Amino acid sequence: MESTAAEQLPEIIVLGPPAIFRSYDKKFSSRFRVLRPWESPLPLAQFLAAEAHNTQAALCSGESVPADLLRQLPALWLVVTPSAGVNHIDLLECRRRGIAVANAATTFSADVADLAVGLLLDVLRKISAGNRFVRNGLLSKKGTYPLGFKLGGKKVGIVGLGSIGLEVAKRLEAFGCTISYHSRNKKPSLTYVYHPDICKLALESDILILCCALTDQTHHMINREVLLALGKEGVIVNIARGPVIDEKALVYCLQQGEIAGAGLDVFEDEPRVPNELFELNNVVLTPHCAFFTEESLRDLYELICGNLEAFFSNKHLLSLVSEE
Amino acid sequence: MDAIGVLMVCPMNTYLEQELDKRFNLLRYWTQPRQHEFLTQHAESIRAVVGNASAGADAKLIESLPKLEIVSSFSVGMDKIDLNKCKERGIRVTNTPDVLTDDVADLAIGLMLAVLRRICACDKYVRSGGWKSGDFKLTTKFSGKTVGIIGLGRIGLAIAKRAEGFDCPISYYSRSEKPNTNYKYHKSVVELASNCDILVVACALTPETTHIVNREVINALGPKGVLINIGRGPHVDEAELVSALVEGRLGGAGLDVFEKEPEVPEQLFDLDNVVLLPHVGSATVETRKAMADLVVGNLEAHFANKPLLTPVV
Repeated sequence: MESTAAEQLPEIIVLGPPAIFRSYDKKFSSRFRVLRPWESPLPLAQFLAAEAHNTQAALCSGESVPADLLRQLPALWLVVTPSAGVNHIDLLECRRRGIAVANAATTFSADVADLAVGLLLDVLRKISAGNRFVRNGLLSKKGTYPLGFKLGGKKVGIVGLGSIGLEVAKRLEAFGCTISYHSRNKKPSLTYVYHPDICKLALESDILILCCALTDQTHHMINREVLLALGKEGVIVNIARGPVIDEKALVYCLQQGEIAGAGLDVFEDEPRVPNELFELNNVVLTPHCAFFTEESLRDLYELICGNLEAFFSNKHLLSLVSEE
Repeated sequence: MDAIGVLMVCPMNTYLEQELDKRFNLLRYWTQPRQHEFLTQHAESIRAVVGNASAGADAKLIESLPKLEIVSSFSVGMDKIDLNKCKERGIRVTNTPDVLTDDVADLAIGLMLAVLRRICACDKYVRSGGWKSGDFKLTTKFSGKTVGIIGLGRIGLAIAKRAEGFDCPISYYSRSEKPNTNYKYHKSVVELASNCDILVVACALTPETTHIVNREVINALGPKGVLINIGRGPHVDEAELVSALVEGRLGGAGLDVFEKEPEVPEQLFDLDNVVLLPHVGSATVETRKAMADLVVGNLEAHFANKPLLTPVV
């Protein structure tokens, strides 16, 4: 009886698996019949050929979903990604096949914005460094600690003013910062100052916060020129994607004191982080966890199920990624 | 002007020392091996004392300085100054309000984010190579959590304004309810602690507020609650706090101040839900300069018989 009930559940294939699936495996399995390629001894291509030729929906992870993988799922009509970013999915192939893509929409925006502000405060006020100082017993021995830098009144340049960028702006305004931004297009409804040129934004800003998607245009957008424009008292925070910054140039600028500090949640080749950064006290490093809270994961689980259930009932998807 | 003796009780800021050197005869108390003799020797010329959060002017010091006219504190907190003694002797007292409000409020939020999102623990995880073995565990969302503020003065209000940017509902405890706020008032600290996720101490230290965060309050805050202290160490019963954290009865803490600075309870060092800072609430280049200018400005005003800039007494 139990297996018949399970067979009647709509079938999905999970690729990865993503962290959300690992945390919510049982719950997903009570709502869907789940194909788990990682549990099979077969290589992925054989597993898909054997098991997934009728599968209409896939839940992927942050790993690549290229055209040739999509071609091995001939009945696929929906890819659900647990991320806001969709650059890891071959969108051209999806468009060609009419495969819909649903993402995490704004589920994480508050959490990611929170971490951006947390990283910024940590760099400016030396929170992680101060915490290490105290724990090394240095407060009793050395007493004084180097001064940090004030956040209020600073000019913040936000790169990418989507849902996350807007949440960052809202938070930093409450700290007395002035907000400018760089984006593909100007947003006429906003009063923030727009800079079509990223270098000019960096020149005019004390702080740069990267909140943009990773695309061909934004790849290595933050290069040596931009960092030098940001200047010796400038701070950069990256909660977008590692490759938006030319990481070698960033490391060099930090070592040379060409910028004052950096808060980084993402890196070009995760989980590898340039060792040179470990020697610096003015950088704060987190392991791509800006979205990774209990609350966001719970909300994400509901959104993913909502999208899948809408799909299987022929209703509108909750977070369809539209073409831009 | 340069005959006026100004006694600085402990090192606090080299820019301040330079500016005082230019205008007065600055005497650096901490450099003296025999402090009692030093005071006796200079008693007739010392007309001002400059103190800070660590050391100020207690009754004993005041009594040994018969020519003392003004105590100018490089801090907003007055807990290290015997204000009653000063009033009694007609000694003026100034502090450094407003210029440090933003920095202290910023640090309170920074500590909340550092604790809930485990930023310091994450940084340690990456630096130690832990990320290669797997992701860091799930942390707790900050946005939308209820922030309870003890003391809704300048700093408390600044913390509230910032937390509202994160959609945090705000509640508070104060000696009396404040009109003109939308924030929820609680009649007792225990009631406040029972009804918030993050409790932050932002009131002045007085005999009444010493140990205002005690065992009962800590238990009310609970195993998911977080305590942030950017006030003074003695606001919190530190022994109770340490045992609650070690036993898991309190969810976490961000502490910039301690009961017996510079001593910090070592039992806290291994806890990744605790962030410890070396009393840096106002410690930015910009703010310390503004505070120093205020100290100098107050002393100049006093000795020129002009109105004090930021008098307390």
